[in-house]
Amino acid sequence: MADTWRFEREAALEPEIHVLAVDDNLIDRMMIKKLLLNLACRVTTVESGQRALEILETFEPVSMEEIKFNLIITDYCMPDMTGFDLLKRIKATCSLKDIPVIVMSSENVPNRINRCLEEGAEDFFLKPLQPSDMQRLREHVRSCTNIPGHAFMSSI
Amino acid sequence: MEVLRLQQQLIELTNSLFQEGFLDDQFTQIQMLQDEGNPDFVQEVVGLFAEDSERILSELTKALEMEPVDFKKVDAYVHQFKGSSSSIGAQRVKAVCVDFRAYAETENKEGCLQALQQIKQEFFAVKSKLEALLQLEQQILAAGGSVPMME
Repeated sequence: MADTWRFEREAALEPEIHVLAVDDNLIDRMMIKKLLLNLACRVTTVESGQRALEILETFEPVSMEEIKFNLIITDYCMPDMTGFDLLKRIKATCSLKDIPVIVMSSENVPNRINRCLEEGAEDFFLKPLQPSDMQRLREHVRSCTNIPGHAFMSSI
Repeated sequence: MEVLRLQQQLIELTNSLFQEGFLDDQFTQIQMLQDEGNPDFVQEVVGLFAEDSERILSELTKALEMEPVDFKKVDAYVHQFKGSSSSIGAQRVKAVCVDFRAYAETENKEGCLQALQQIKQEFFAVKSKLEALLQLEQQILAAGGSVPMME
């Protein structure tokens, strides 16, 4: 059981994966942050889609090397801007569309899941996250490329 | 020996919390996230849950006192509360939230007021039990013992 929650940091030649976690719920922000920290990620949490876009858009690459976020995890049900709206905005933005987005929801609505996946979400998790979800999450984190310039160049 | 007695009390309290449905497995997940790097994780989560819930309950009380009642607003608050209580494993609170949402959806003010009363009862019950649990853990650690991990 301990293995699914712990993650031994590999030799620090690899830069950390920086994850943006978006959730209007305070407890959920704490939980997802802790889970991601356990996966050796650097984590920034925000409480709304609007705030997420502000943070994402202030990090325009200054040089080809600057990638600020490697992964975005967002809650679906949020007031004002839903996780789905945020996903669409990200996919429609040149400098952001290659950042993988994972959507989470406390409600198991198949249509919702399909729409998100069709809109380009990498994956969809039901909340609260179970230990059995951690393997999938860990794989997403591991598959995030942290190659400088990658996201920027592929949007040219 | 003091430590043994306290540990026994903790085990009994924890067992009853689960058996009586106050807490579910989600709380165990939270306990498992506590480690040397975050030795106060459970306490922090419980503290935030308590604070945040009291805020939501106060907003809900106000919202139901308005004429006319904005049921969409009520529903939004209950949704938040359902989310937090679910994330922390406060099973009975979450169950009342489900009923509460149904009343809000059908714009049933009486039902909402009843559900609010019930939620307050359940919340304060689980809050005081969680506080007792955390206090026992502190006492055990202070007495030089270790907190027994539940299977």
